[in-house]
Amino acid sequence: MKMSGPTTYVPQSKIGRWFESRLPMMGLAHSSFVAYPVPRNLNYMWTFGAILSFMLIAQIVTGVVLAMHYVPSATEAFGSVQHIMRDVNYGWLLRYMHTNGASLFFLAVYIHMLRGIYYGSFKPPRELLWIIGVIIYFLMAATAFLGYVLPWGSMSYAGATVITNLLSAIPFVGTAITHWLWGGYAVGDPTLNRFFSLHYLLPFIIAAFVGLHVWALHVTGQNNPDGVEVKNVERDTVAFTPYATLKDVFALSLFLILYAWLIFYIPNYLLDADNSVIANPLATPAHVVPEWYLLPFYAILRAIPNKLIGVIALFASIAILAFLPWLDRSPVKSAKYRPTFRFFFWVFVACCIGLGWLGSKEPTTGLVLIARILTVGYFGFFLVIMPLLSFTEKTKPIPASIADAVLAKNRVAAPAE
Amino acid sequence: MIRLKTPILASIALAFALAGGLAIAQEEAEQPKPPRQDWTFAGMFGVYDQAQLQRGFQVYREVCANCHALSIPFRALQDPSGPGYSEEQVKALAATYQVTNAEPNDKGEIFKRPATPADIIPRPESYPNDQAAAAAFGKAPPDMNLLAKARKYERGFPWFIFDALPGLEYQEIGSDYIDGILNGYTKPDDPQWNLYFPGHKIAMPQPITDGAVKYTDGTPPTLKNYAKDISAFLTWAAEPNMPERKKMGLGVMIFLFVLAGLLYFTKKRVWEAVH
Repeated sequence: MKMSGPTTYVPQSKIGRWFESRLPMMGLAHSSFVAYPVPRNLNYMWTFGAILSFMLIAQIVTGVVLAMHYVPSATEAFGSVQHIMRDVNYGWLLRYMHTNGASLFFLAVYIHMLRGIYYGSFKPPRELLWIIGVIIYFLMAATAFLGYVLPWGSMSYAGATVITNLLSAIPFVGTAITHWLWGGYAVGDPTLNRFFSLHYLLPFIIAAFVGLHVWALHVTGQNNPDGVEVKNVERDTVAFTPYATLKDVFALSLFLILYAWLIFYIPNYLLDADNSVIANPLATPAHVVPEWYLLPFYAILRAIPNKLIGVIALFASIAILAFLPWLDRSPVKSAKYRPTFRFFFWVFVACCIGLGWLGSKEPTTGLVLIARILTVGYFGFFLVIMPLLSFTEKTKPIPASIADAVLAKNRVAAPAE
Repeated sequence: MIRLKTPILASIALAFALAGGLAIAQEEAEQPKPPRQDWTFAGMFGVYDQAQLQRGFQVYREVCANCHALSIPFRALQDPSGPGYSEEQVKALAATYQVTNAEPNDKGEIFKRPATPADIIPRPESYPNDQAAAAAFGKAPPDMNLLAKARKYERGFPWFIFDALPGLEYQEIGSDYIDGILNGYTKPDDPQWNLYFPGHKIAMPQPITDGAVKYTDGTPPTLKNYAKDISAFLTWAAEPNMPERKKMGLGVMIFLFVLAGLLYFTKKRVWEAVH
């Protein structure tokens, strides 16, 4: 439907034609990002794909340059980061771009994912697109965890110990696997070295999956805020360039303002002070917490009294996302027309924020109780609410087509003038 | 029916928030927070005060250097947006220290030589490593090169949100902490009791009092001034590129705002054709 048939692109120059007949790269770019039709009713929630692509490239570029100066050895890592911060030309800028870039990468991905849940972008025919997205998210979380260990601060060391120890919960083979991963009997130099290798590798695997993600998207086309599929390309869609391109670039410029604010004025706001102290196996920080984007999962892990079930819940809290297309079967895609679902969606978001806040606090009895309630809320949204509402919800009538939805919106706006 | 549920749910959420907040406020009541000071380097246009940093370095050399290392290169003291000592001053200062040469001499002997500006400021001679220092003091005095970044205190809700906002941004938590600790020895009969240290029992007994250091620029030699000056100096030591960072940030922000504005109007113009 979207990318069927050969491209309409015809190169202007002789060189262009010579190249194109041997490797039709320009035609591919043209049909994917210039002529490609997108629904005309997309709102700014749809700009985060472009923002994420930009952030992935930014992280890779800053990361590769940082890797030229960083030393992945337990005795030299911390000092090499100081060398980057003090002596490498604009090393401080690269470092702050990379650490704050990771945070904004996650902010963008959470908005992107919540958009998907709200508007039903995971529903047929986009199930595989969604599942590839869940895989990308898993890889992002792994990359971020590995990256955080690299500066070899006291929080890096503590975080590495806590998370790798989770593997020992696996029955029978857990301890052996953990020692194999560590390269020893505790987190140490071998661990740091292999974490660096994996941290360098994973972003390129992410890039490959992003390629599959965009490919899958272009086969089915974008979802849209009204949840109604494209019926007539002429009436319902606009060409990607210049319409979506401009919108994406504008949204990116706003996002970059936030990025610049973080880098230049509050670069240490999201950095834990304890990570400016070198790792010491004999001195654990008073409060061990991961970065903010992993806090909700940390809260879920600590809420459950049994270690193995806690670990299973930790992975399940992300893995469950892969099953959304089969948990939420409502024929109405967009929450715009599903008032009950919309209410529970915001309750779910509140649960996530609550769990995030709890993840940053010491687990006192009262707070653990609240964490358990919110964990039930989190899983309940997927396992209870979604299936329940799939067929029992009273939804609002959906528009006949995208064009009708846009005209209706304009009609509402017009009388006000 | 859903409309009715929202206020009830909101009330329950509020009750939880209040309960949680009360519990946390309880345990924080006994732990006062260091007062916020005015710093020349705070805010979007902050810069270091050269005279203050030089006084702070003097305090470090005369008092803190007896126990604490400061692992930055001598040449860093030439930083024009920092202490701004001249090349001659730094060369002369470095030469008063002895460092072990990295390579042995031609006879294969490890030897000591006067330091040069390229060398790292050596740690206190009496305590060659952390284990020796811990044996002498009970706890090894931390290296001061990142101390201002390595210290914080709980800001609590909702202050930690305001701390990130333009105009209200608060990055000087470490500086206020160090200043607080130095001023916080409020029980003369217990030299290790500190008002602002978490749990009040600090391993470091009061290191400095009024009159300990003679300032040469006319600044009154009081504990309050020593604390401010050494905190500012340590903040510079931890973040020497802060003035350059903020200056670059201004240019970047202006550029991005102009860019965003232009893109906004371009987008609007282009989309007119479709609406």
